Amino acid sequence: MTAPVAGTPSSRWRVGDETRWAFIFLLPWIIGFVVFTAGPMIASLALSFTNYNVFRPPEFVGLDNFERLANDRRIGLALGNTAFYAAFHVPGVIILSLALAMLLLRVGRAAGFFRTAFYLPAVTPAVAVGTLFLLLLSGNGLLNQISGTFGLAQPRWLTDPAWVKPGIVIMSLWSLGSTVVIYFAALRNVPLELYEAAKIDGASAWQAFRNITLPFISGAIFFTLIVNTIASIQIFTEVFTMFFSGTRSSGVQSSALFYVIYLFQKAFEDFQFGYASAMAWLLFVIILAITAVQMKLSKRFVFYAGDDR
Amino acid sequence: MTAQPHQVGGPATAPLPAAGAQVAGRGANRRWPDLGPGTIVRFLALGVATVIFVFPFVWLLSASLKTRQTVLNSQLFPQPLQFENYVRVFEIAPVASWFTNSVLVGVLAAVTVTFSSALVAFAFAYFRFPRRNLLFGLVLATMMLPGAVVMIPSYLIWDTLGWTNTLVPLWAGNLFGSAFYIFLLRQFFLSLPRDLFEAARVDGASYPRMWWSVALPLTRSAMIVVFIFELKASWTDLLKPLIFIRDTALYTLPLGLQSLVSRFNPTSGGQGEFHYIMAASVIITVPMITIFFLAQRYFVEGIATTGSKG
Repeated sequence: MTAPVAGTPSSRWRVGDETRWAFIFLLPWIIGFVVFTAGPMIASLALSFTNYNVFRPPEFVGLDNFERLANDRRIGLALGNTAFYAAFHVPGVIILSLALAMLLLRVGRAAGFFRTAFYLPAVTPAVAVGTLFLLLLSGNGLLNQISGTFGLAQPRWLTDPAWVKPGIVIMSLWSLGSTVVIYFAALRNVPLELYEAAKIDGASAWQAFRNITLPFISGAIFFTLIVNTIASIQIFTEVFTMFFSGTRSSGVQSSALFYVIYLFQKAFEDFQFGYASAMAWLLFVIILAITAVQMKLSKRFVFYAGDDR
Repeated sequence: MTAQPHQVGGPATAPLPAAGAQVAGRGANRRWPDLGPGTIVRFLALGVATVIFVFPFVWLLSASLKTRQTVLNSQLFPQPLQFENYVRVFEIAPVASWFTNSVLVGVLAAVTVTFSSALVAFAFAYFRFPRRNLLFGLVLATMMLPGAVVMIPSYLIWDTLGWTNTLVPLWAGNLFGSAFYIFLLRQFFLSLPRDLFEAARVDGASYPRMWWSVALPLTRSAMIVVFIFELKASWTDLLKPLIFIRDTALYTLPLGLQSLVSRFNPTSGGQGEFHYIMAASVIITVPMITIFFLAQRYFVEGIATTGSKG
């Protein structure tokens, strides 16, 4: 394992040399980890037991912040809104991306063109996605133009609290391009011989999908499930731009109040650093718990070809 | 984890194209599919999807050329085309400064994170040292950490250093590498044959020299992937500037655009000057789309690689 270069006279010293150099190379990360990750994590945990507003030194208040969390109705509201969004966004992204990726797989060279088109929204800055959807979701906007053509309802996506979150979900699905790219790459690694064999055995298209395609791309699906869930729980930029920039409509803002937006307000508008730190830790625990459950589920559903990892 | 996933195999000098090359001969890579009814349906479906993904950009462009009165109407071809929106938007707000700030921060953020992550990734890929797997596990674990948990203490750190309301906090954290890129680059360094480095060592190359003159040139494409990913992340980021910057002149484009929405929003006393907001939206979007078209290969391969190795 750690065999030094043969014939070097000071081979014992060389091993130490390698370790020393390794830690020199690692130094940026070690400093960053201590100063910008581990330290702040401990600090925010400590702050969560205090009352702190920058102007006065932190004051220890025990579990007060966590008690307040449990009684804060806007926390419940923000958690509910965030869960609603994640519950529609994550399955929506996975199903639509998979459908698009499977279509791409069967159109040969043209796939490159379509993939580019699908990915364009994903490189659009999130603030601009927000402003763009202020336009598209407005009364005369593109979405209502289309639903009008088909004789469907033309809701007021931006001002009717009942329609605000569905509008946000639609906006979020527009930027699913990177998930399509991931699935497309995964699908191209499924051995075609398997499909031919299944065809000979008389398997239906659904059976082939269920028993060949899904197992082979289950790793990619699991990866996107975790990444998209974590990201959706932290949705901020688009919604902040659309509904929290100057708007003072409380009904709409209650409907669009997502967890990180509320956290931002508490921290950097109200400067309640203690309470906001408690909120941050609650978020951390929620994300850890959800990821742990997903990991556990993956053990049952994810199939690794050859399992040589 | 030391077993190399076969996706990045192939010649070490070009690990990226190899991912596409190895599927040659499969159905997906045939020049053109057979023209059956199924194919026509597929093309139709993809065509509709393309319109859904692309048409909003046309709508945005159209709105950016309208007047304040017509910006929210449903006309696709505005009469007249008000190109002066793009001139006026630079006069009503320091958009030129915002643009410069965004470029400066983006380049600094991308350069620093690329080289610091490459340094750390090389240590994990090449050196053998005690507790290596434990430390690498720690790197991976930090990827899961929500930014919100460290947001307030990070603010306090930069505030203590006196660097809030400067551009420094927007990029300087990147000097210390980033877990995701360390993971990505380590995969690429691992795909380089070890003999290469042993040979360099026999020739008397020092470790820094091996990193700089052997490893880096061979993983150039992976470095470009990291660079443009971070450039995009920085160009798009609203939260950091929102937390750290107060002076309008120091805004980056995302914060500037967000401030225009605040300023012109009718419910906060604005006049609904959405034509300026849309012109500014085009200004922030076009550079990113241009970079995407120039470097599409790196975007696509970078994402595909992360996904298939996650």
